[in-house]
Amino acid sequence: MTDTSFVRHDMLAEQAPPATSVGLLGWLRKNLFSGWVNTVLTVISLGLIAFVLAGLLPWVFQSVWVADSLSECREVMAATWGETHGHACWAVIRERWPQLMFGFYPSEMYWRPILAFVLLLTAVAPVLFPGAPRQLLYISAAYPFLMPWLLWGGTIWGPVLVAAGLAIGFFTHKYLEPLAGGLAALVAAVVAAVIWWLFLMGPISGVLDSVLPIGIESVVSRNFGGFMLSIMIGVVAIGVSLPIGIILALGRQSDLLIVKALCIGFIEFIRGVPLITLLFVASTLLNIFMPPGTNFDIILRVIIMVTLFASAYMAEVIRGGLAALPRGQYEGADSLGLDYWQAQRLIIMPQALKISIPGIVSTFIGVFKDTTLVSIIGLLDPLGLAQGIRANAEWNGVYWELFAFIAFLFFIFCFSMSRYSMYLERRLRTDHK
Amino acid sequence: MAEHSHETMVDRAIDRSHMQVSDEIAIQITNMNKWYGSFHVLRDIDLTVNRGERIVICGPSGSGKSTLIRCINRLEEHQQGQIVVDGTELTSDLKNVDKVRSEVGMVFQHFNLFPHLTVLENCTLAPIWVRKEPKKEADQVAMEYLEKVKIPEQALKYPGQLSGGQQQRVAIARSLCMKPRIMLFDEPTSALDPEMIKEVLDTMISLAEEGMTMLVVTHEMGFARQVANRVIFMDQGQIVEQNEPEGFFNNPKSDRTQLFLSQILGH
Repeated sequence: MTDTSFVRHDMLAEQAPPATSVGLLGWLRKNLFSGWVNTVLTVISLGLIAFVLAGLLPWVFQSVWVADSLSECREVMAATWGETHGHACWAVIRERWPQLMFGFYPSEMYWRPILAFVLLLTAVAPVLFPGAPRQLLYISAAYPFLMPWLLWGGTIWGPVLVAAGLAIGFFTHKYLEPLAGGLAALVAAVVAAVIWWLFLMGPISGVLDSVLPIGIESVVSRNFGGFMLSIMIGVVAIGVSLPIGIILALGRQSDLLIVKALCIGFIEFIRGVPLITLLFVASTLLNIFMPPGTNFDIILRVIIMVTLFASAYMAEVIRGGLAALPRGQYEGADSLGLDYWQAQRLIIMPQALKISIPGIVSTFIGVFKDTTLVSIIGLLDPLGLAQGIRANAEWNGVYWELFAFIAFLFFIFCFSMSRYSMYLERRLRTDHK
Repeated sequence: MAEHSHETMVDRAIDRSHMQVSDEIAIQITNMNKWYGSFHVLRDIDLTVNRGERIVICGPSGSGKSTLIRCINRLEEHQQGQIVVDGTELTSDLKNVDKVRSEVGMVFQHFNLFPHLTVLENCTLAPIWVRKEPKKEADQVAMEYLEKVKIPEQALKYPGQLSGGQQQRVAIARSLCMKPRIMLFDEPTSALDPEMIKEVLDTMISLAEEGMTMLVVTHEMGFARQVANRVIFMDQGQIVEQNEPEGFFNNPKSDRTQLFLSQILGH
């Protein structure tokens, strides 16, 4: 006879889980030794890691930091550890440090790129982190004009008048809009600013400089180099490609046929051409199309090319974000009476950019690494300098140390960007699903 | 969509003291036609809506009822005929379109709240950017309307944290913050779980009680019976029948209407 009726009178007390399923032991068991196959793989992997580290760690840490040439390095190594080659000669980094950082920038003016870098960090802080003091945004606004002036030097009136051009454009738009309507005012503003920059700014700057000569010593572009150059090209390309990319992505979705065709043409052309080709065009061909006598700075040309290249990729990444937005978001914005630009700025872009963060940051990282390609057209970025340093009799034969150091610095920058993008995605998460 | 055979009835007495239809014309649609490509989706629509009217539009899916009310704030463009909203004709002139849109509130089936903004920010966005109201004032107005739809405590949450019914009430509050003179509802309860339909209908009823001009596309026949002063039945892009709810439900004239009603009311 079975009794199916059952009533519990004493409720069971909570018990601790078995020791093998929690804590360190539980973690090891679950992740490394969950079966005999995994156990074997774990042991083999640990062996492999140990083998690599056994070679790498002595090379990195049992190394020579003070020497004037590779042969001196080798002598010190032989005297300390015997006749092996398993030791790094970091002395080359130490000796060529200023060059790897600044290229041939005059050493008495190193404070200028250093100040520019410190200001860069201060300028991006309020943009990247909401906790940073909002007053720093003034530095962010001034930075695009300050940085070129600090690096290239010259009269203070140059950057001031460039900024004045923006103000001219702004006020033209502001006062014309009620009279002539939005589009006409915008066109007039752009035309006014461009006329100012191309034709009026130069003479006025000359006059102002002769009346009130404030300035710092000029440095020519061919003295630029090292990480200063990489960071400069990278930062400008990253900072400018995002807004251009947004405009291109919107243009590609536009109902205006010509705008759309131009955007598609630009994006597809740039994406269809290797960056190297664009850089060669910048370094050689571009001068052919310029009026004779124009001196269009090589670094500026390279920055423009890298920026255009990055913009095309950025546009496609952002287009992906736009495509992922449901139509209802556009309709919601429309139904409230927001105009096109308000809807884009307040509703569409914040969401599309959020969706695109991983792609955008990947593009940024790619652009920053691509700056090393400028060594091919003769600019002295760290890789270009590495070649130069090896060509020197003292350091002939140094490979690994230079490349490892350059890779290490690039890794720091790229890894920071990658971590920042993860932080940003977490911070902007509002869907709580 | 026809699975909504149940009728959500509202169990309170409806206050009709402010539900007066005036002679003033709110929306005038004359001889309007619309095509999607070569598909003739709206045919010869003539419709006059007076201020204070509460119109329910029903019909089988694909009958053009959503398209019709979406034409009223030009989410869809019509190709022929005339639509005049509050004295402003809808043409390709964007200034007019934005003006009409800011005067006409719209509630969507899928809410279309902005997920990256809090509930309060959703409500204050348009008043601040379109009406140029100061933020403080807009916040205050928004809180009043959130109280009215009975979710002031959710103001600082994000839409993704709310239930469907709550989200739809936020969407209604968001529209109301623009102080619209006309409200359009495009199947406001179709995406909701049954137990949430009532809270949204309650909100809509209290809006009707205040004399709001409302055009509602819905399958909630209980709402139509209790609140509407006119029911319009559409099929194949045309207005087939319109009548007061009493006559519409008890004594439908056209065969199509009879068939439709017998399908969605079941029994």
